[in-house]
Amino acid sequence: MPALPLDDAGPYVAAAYLVFLALVLVYVAIMAGKLARLARDVEELSRIVERPEP
Amino acid sequence: MFGRGLKSLSLASAALVTGAFALVFFYAPLDADQGFIQKIFYLHVPLAIVALCGFVAGGIYGIRYLRTGDRAHDLRSYVAIHQSLIFGVGVLVTGSIWAKASWGHWWVWDEPTLVSFLIVFLLFACYQPLRFSIEDPERQARYAAVFAIVGGAFVPLNFTAVRMAEALTHPRTFDSTSNLPGPMALTFLVAMAGIAALFVTLCKYELAAKHATMRLKALKRRLSGEPAALPLTQRARSAAPQEV
Repeated sequence: MPALPLDDAGPYVAAAYLVFLALVLVYVAIMAGKLARLARDVEELSRIVERPEP
Repeated sequence: MFGRGLKSLSLASAALVTGAFALVFFYAPLDADQGFIQKIFYLHVPLAIVALCGFVAGGIYGIRYLRTGDRAHDLRSYVAIHQSLIFGVGVLVTGSIWAKASWGHWWVWDEPTLVSFLIVFLLFACYQPLRFSIEDPERQARYAAVFAIVGGAFVPLNFTAVRMAEALTHPRTFDSTSNLPGPMALTFLVAMAGIAALFVTLCKYELAAKHATMRLKALKRRLSGEPAALPLTQRARSAAPQEV
């Protein structure tokens, strides 16, 4: 198959690498959300532990 | 525990992926046949190889779970398949972009390599709904392990069948690194190592997060005086393995 000229191929190559970058970033964002939930749970746990005995 | 060595692994992955991309754009020569568009293969092919290996790893952990009954193997199997699905999305999208540029079509249905990968991807896309549909954790883990083993065994069989079939249009660009010029082979191997390291890193991240969540939930239940195992109806909505 004939090679695409650089001007035509460039956007496709950029798109492929950007898709990869976007996938990794979305994954990191989801993990950040989970981390925030974990932090909230730890805080709740700390409150339970520090609660005075009845 | 699961998070051990995560920092150094993350740094190594970042260095390898960055190094690989630098090699792709500043070191590897242009392909005489395909030109600049061939640069997609330094991403697409390692993603595909790593995703397929991840599916097989999910099957191997499934076997280990059935042999030992250790829930950690079930969790590893789940995470390997989950990550492979994410990488699989990358394979399908980057492959389609290359196909559009080279063939003028986003997808070609009469090409065995493409269709076989899609079949494997869709097969494993059923893994999470299967887990989600079973409430009892023991049965869920057992059925999921059997599914992972059958699916994992299908991957090399499928790969061999496709290799034996006559390739219609999909190129065998990286059939073997021995027929690649030195700079291209080096770039491909570094990209392969980078994507593999990234896969392992993300798996370890997810394992660490899931493990921490499970431990935290168990601790919270103990502290608040609830029974260690919740009734089935109150379990988490996630299809991920849960601590019982």
